[in-house]
Amino acid sequence: MARFIERHPAWALIVIIAVAVFAWLVFAIWPPGLEAAIGRKRVFLNAVLNGITLGGLYFLVASGFTLIFGLMRNVNLAHGSLYLFGGYIGYAVSTWTGSWILSFIVAFIAVALVGVILQLAVFRRMEGQDLRQTMVTIGLSIVFADLMLWVFGGDFYQVQTPSWLIGPVQLPLLTAIKSSGEPVYLQYPLVRLVIFAASVVIGIAMWLALNRTRIGMIVRAGVDDRDILAATGVRIQLMFVLVFALGAGLAGIAGVVGGTFQSLSPGEDTRFLLASLVVVIVGGMGSIPGAALGAVIIGLAEQLGSVYIPTYAIVVTFLIMVVVLALRPQGLLARR
Amino acid sequence: MSLLQSTQLRPDPSANATRRALIRAWPELQNPAAWLVALILVIMPLIANGFFLIEIFATTLILGIIALSLMFLAGYGGMVSLMQLTIAGFAGYMVAVFGMSGNANISLGWPWWLATPMALALATLFGTLGGALAVRTEGIYTIMITLAIGAAFYYFTNQNWAIFNGHTGINTVATPHFWGVDWRADIAFYYVTLGVAAICYFAVQYVSRAPFGLALQGVRDNSRRMAALGFNPNAHRIAAYAFAAFIAALGGVLQVWNYRQISPGSVSVGACIDVLIIAIVGGITRPIGPFIGALIFVLLRTFALDVLIKFGLDGNRFRLLIGLGFLAIVFWSSDGVIGLWERWRRRTTSATQHPGGGRHG
Repeated sequence: MARFIERHPAWALIVIIAVAVFAWLVFAIWPPGLEAAIGRKRVFLNAVLNGITLGGLYFLVASGFTLIFGLMRNVNLAHGSLYLFGGYIGYAVSTWTGSWILSFIVAFIAVALVGVILQLAVFRRMEGQDLRQTMVTIGLSIVFADLMLWVFGGDFYQVQTPSWLIGPVQLPLLTAIKSSGEPVYLQYPLVRLVIFAASVVIGIAMWLALNRTRIGMIVRAGVDDRDILAATGVRIQLMFVLVFALGAGLAGIAGVVGGTFQSLSPGEDTRFLLASLVVVIVGGMGSIPGAALGAVIIGLAEQLGSVYIPTYAIVVTFLIMVVVLALRPQGLLARR
Repeated sequence: MSLLQSTQLRPDPSANATRRALIRAWPELQNPAAWLVALILVIMPLIANGFFLIEIFATTLILGIIALSLMFLAGYGGMVSLMQLTIAGFAGYMVAVFGMSGNANISLGWPWWLATPMALALATLFGTLGGALAVRTEGIYTIMITLAIGAAFYYFTNQNWAIFNGHTGINTVATPHFWGVDWRADIAFYYVTLGVAAICYFAVQYVSRAPFGLALQGVRDNSRRMAALGFNPNAHRIAAYAFAAFIAALGGVLQVWNYRQISPGSVSVGACIDVLIIAIVGGITRPIGPFIGALIFVLLRTFALDVLIKFGLDGNRFRLLIGLGFLAIVFWSSDGVIGLWERWRRRTTSATQHPGGGRHG
């Protein structure tokens, strides 16, 4: 952080000012002029929280995507299908057993197994052939999409939120002061906060695992120089399988989360594939912190955009991508 | 080839030399199969009825044109762009917005001969700008960025009601009507698409052999060496995007005339990927590939339902069939149907041909 400020003082200043303005918008009581200009503070706060929690969901999908890319240089364009498959599995388990937590575990294991099969049956055969892998995963995503349409039909499914998470919770964020002088606090759905907290925990755990453990060291070394790592006697094929399983499993978990937040239906697979593409393009391919930053930026842009400029919300997301590509083609937090 | 070699020995009069140069530039002129296909395509209205003419052949030609623009970028430029259908759709929307349609408060009501060049120019500009963005990256990144552009456009058309009329799209788009001919009538429209497809095909063929195309292939194979030789690789790539965008835009204009309507469904991500499938299945090393791929795709899309039901299967599994077929092609032949055909021909000729045997032709 200090190095960044030293190197790019102008950018650091802009970022600091933006963060300060944002913090003021979140914590201050809005003066009446501002409310008249851009609407009620409650709407703004809801959009911000929706954006951040959506960012948490995007992070879960995109981190698996970027992890697989980072180590194996493998763009798995069937990642969205893994997300949707995980969601359907989670839905089936939670309606069958009634346990929300169990649906996460089963979805993780099932989708991780699919990932292992993919890695063993497809990607090991075409190592280093980027374009061919991309084509094959596109083909697979079409096949998966149609198989899931076959089994689950075109209906919308929603994973049932467990009873202990239903309902709003009061946050210590002021939205307004009543004329009687009584403060009004923001109410927000508990389940979204819990899931966001869980995705932060998963993110930190991944960061710790990558930066503080031996396995993480091996993975990072593999990202940098796969051949030398293999030459030092690490069983790199096993690493590939494990990382693929983890990345796929994360997509499966994200599917259950997405099924709880929103809904599951055909077409969600491409939506989340594209979301993770944009997130990792903005954040930087192969970087977990980049995925986190990109996910929050895209989530916020999407939600704030759909509240304040509904017709052009997608354009905002797209513009962010264009600006990032123009300034830093490798993404915000990529190392190269 | 054998003709070329045998004539080379003789002292040749200049008429023969120009003929040889022509043949070297256009090897198709010597290929009897190409002449046969051209003849069949020209007399098609005598053979096929209206349904086949439009639903199969005109649709094939239009999809082939759009896939041809992808083939040009991927085959000669090494850039797999998934936004070619988006450019086509953009051109189609522009035809609907500037021209005449059922939505009087969106369409500006320009005559077709003003609206069409406008649409082509804007779509080419759009494709060039997208290309300028995409050339900052390489390989799979290009795929991802062009896919993201395509998806952004799809969601944008879905959300925007002021220009694109949201998810209902724009209906009853007017088609050209002049010289007393309704150019959307089956036979006339078939010849229009055939003419445009032929022009695009020969344009791509010509550009691939022109200095620009050769430099582009050099950039594809080794951009660093080309840069050292004094070429500007990125400028060549962007120019290639511009050329491909124009071809895709032509396809898009024809498409909107064909269906007389356009909606976000026509530019969906699935449709973008369909264009990639068409180009890959047909083969991306030669301009004829996309048209072969488009024919296979359209035939499957039209008849898979009946065939699947005949075999006692669920008729709705058309996309599964397409996906599996695509997977099989990608697994076994990196060069699509053309590659399979060539491999098969090589195998049969090497089986029948004894050493030193004279194979003519």
